Amino acid sequence: MSGGVDSAVAAARAHDAGHDVTGVHLALARNPQTYRTGARGCCTLEDSRDARRAADVIGIPFYVWDMADQFHESVVDDFVAEYAAGRTPNPCLRCNEKIKFAAVLDRAVALGFDAVVTGHHARLGADGLLRRSVDEGKDQSYVLAVLNRAQLDRAVFPLGESTKAQVRAEAAERGLAVADKPDSHDICFIADGDTRGFLERRLGATPGDVVDSRTGEKIGTHSGAYAYTVGQRKGLDLRVPAPDGKPRYVLSITPVTNTVTVGPREALSVDEITANRVIWHGSPAPVTCDVQLRAHGEVVPASVSVAGDTLTARLHSPARGVAAGQAIVAYRRDAEGGDVVLGSATITAGVLSATERAVAHA
Amino acid sequence: MAYLDHAATTPMLAEALDAYVAAARDVGNPSSLHAAGRGARRLVEESRERIAAALNARPSEVVFTSGGTESDNLATKGIFWARRSLSLNRTRVIASAVEHHAVLDAVDWLGTHEGATVDLLPVDADGRVDPDRLADRLARYRDEIAVVSVQWANNEVGTVQPVHDLARLAAESGVPFHTDAVQAVGQIPVDFAASGAAAMTVTGHKVGGPVGVGALLLGRDVACTPLLHGGGQERDVRSGTLDTAGVAAFAVAVETSVKTQQEYAVRVGALRDELISRVRRAVPDAVYNGAAADRLPGNAHFSFPGCEGDALLLLLDAQGIACSTGSACSAGVAQPSHVLIAMGADDDRARSSLRFTLGHTSTIEDVDALLAALPGAVERAKRATAWKTPRQ
Repeated sequence: MSGGVDSAVAAARAHDAGHDVTGVHLALARNPQTYRTGARGCCTLEDSRDARRAADVIGIPFYVWDMADQFHESVVDDFVAEYAAGRTPNPCLRCNEKIKFAAVLDRAVALGFDAVVTGHHARLGADGLLRRSVDEGKDQSYVLAVLNRAQLDRAVFPLGESTKAQVRAEAAERGLAVADKPDSHDICFIADGDTRGFLERRLGATPGDVVDSRTGEKIGTHSGAYAYTVGQRKGLDLRVPAPDGKPRYVLSITPVTNTVTVGPREALSVDEITANRVIWHGSPAPVTCDVQLRAHGEVVPASVSVAGDTLTARLHSPARGVAAGQAIVAYRRDAEGGDVVLGSATITAGVLSATERAVAHA
Repeated sequence: MAYLDHAATTPMLAEALDAYVAAARDVGNPSSLHAAGRGARRLVEESRERIAAALNARPSEVVFTSGGTESDNLATKGIFWARRSLSLNRTRVIASAVEHHAVLDAVDWLGTHEGATVDLLPVDADGRVDPDRLADRLARYRDEIAVVSVQWANNEVGTVQPVHDLARLAAESGVPFHTDAVQAVGQIPVDFAASGAAAMTVTGHKVGGPVGVGALLLGRDVACTPLLHGGGQERDVRSGTLDTAGVAAFAVAVETSVKTQQEYAVRVGALRDELISRVRRAVPDAVYNGAAADRLPGNAHFSFPGCEGDALLLLLDAQGIACSTGSACSAGVAQPSHVLIAMGADDDRARSSLRFTLGHTSTIEDVDALLAALPGAVERAKRATAWKTPRQ
């Protein structure tokens, strides 16, 4: 129970369903002082108090579990290491994989509980299939797709059939004070929302070159390649305009040479994606399905195959701004019951195939 | 429910509750000059006399406060300020390492904001201060010491401190000695005059009175600068309208608990001993923390190797058994106990500990209920400790 409206209503629904429910708030800050002042952090004292009050109203026991060390190792350090390696991590996904449905779940099961209930917006029905929420705008199946079968078997998502507006209305009806609490959007351990500043404090300034992809020439400098994400256009601070006068985008980050390569928008296009750390629920044979390449990103039809721990997706039309480190999540379309998650993997590379290049140049 | 957390707070005595309700029905500010005010004042002063008589102090030495935390802050800060204003080099504050946070955090504050040198006396493996340590400090720093504060008995492990020896040493050096007797009153004999202490903290809700009322017994010749300024109601050392009903109930509770202390200690001590021997039988690797003798009669404290204290608490709570881990920070996260750490325990032993405290409503059924649940809870909590290993 984060102290937000979703987990409060999820807990209330699980309680109503007759389960023996215990509320748990995770303390994730190693030094409470560091996160305490951040109004937008997810583990402030105020959030802990809000969660406790919600538990009181629902009528369930409530405890705070100290997961600061595990969170730091599995999520924060991983976040920093991924950026340092030139990739763009998704810490919420990692937190689901390593904390909520691993450290918390393991401890809960050992203590005699059967499942972890969360306020995620996703559907997980009797068929065991993970599906998108009915509220497509709030759907969180993308950051849950990383869960394996054993984890899903112990997960309960009571909110999947409701829109956020319905959840808020229900919270108000139930007398939960968090009914109109604003949604959290930022990364919880970066309370001020300044990811670049956070990484700079952790990694230090490491100046390097910004290079043009077409000429190979150095056209600027940066103070740390980790501050850039593939597809980024703003904040490049380039003094030399492109020959064609068009905006330039970050195409790739090369940690070994500490180089940020920029180029035209077209060069961002990829249609062949490889990924590892595969979690696959469906049949491993190549399937035609939709893939989503970032949280709340567009979906693209693709042919997906899995071999060992490698997932390959051939996109039926090119996508732009595909960053290594993000998840590729495959969905089978189902307008009735909600799109079904087939699997998830971590993007390692994206290229434009020869045929597409030929098309592009024609 | 088996309530085994009397050291946190204990149910009100029926006679204290009656006294509270009776007084709360009446109107009257004890500082008002009319008949209603005089009626309230009379009740307050009678209560003051009852408390003074029960603890062997003079009525004028009883300064009513809002409870233990305020009394501890008033004694440590107030005496520090008063003593330093007379001699600027009196900036050393001596306290034991196992004080309640109401003393520890107050003296820490003096260190960070008032330039005090905070000097914590170590304790032995039972949690006891060695009077020779204080004698050594007094010999070396006598003229620099503003105040010494050592609790009468520890709130976590129940160890009774050699308060008489410590107070005598301080008095011989002309240094005021404060003792937090919140846990001691009603549990063991407490005699303010005989102790030789300059100041002593007591509170209502640990002796069957209400929460929110307590007192600082302050020797008449002990200078103390107020924390709270206003009407000067209590000897000009403490301001604020007196809580007549609370004070009346507090006095009844102190009087009753002191009067019944001896038989209480025999009855509750026997229950506690039964609890200890049964826990040891049921969980042979449990480590008993604290002293064997000179211990509060209602206190039992164990470490359960391989368990997290907060996991055990959750499991026992689910079975209707209320006990406590060391201390929780404001966010509710269990912290390793500073008391056990000061006693030489490592982090694991401190984190694996639980306190069971019995009180005036405790029965053998409470012990039965605990023992019915404890072995299973320990076994389960041990399995839950594996969660700490990060999953690959």
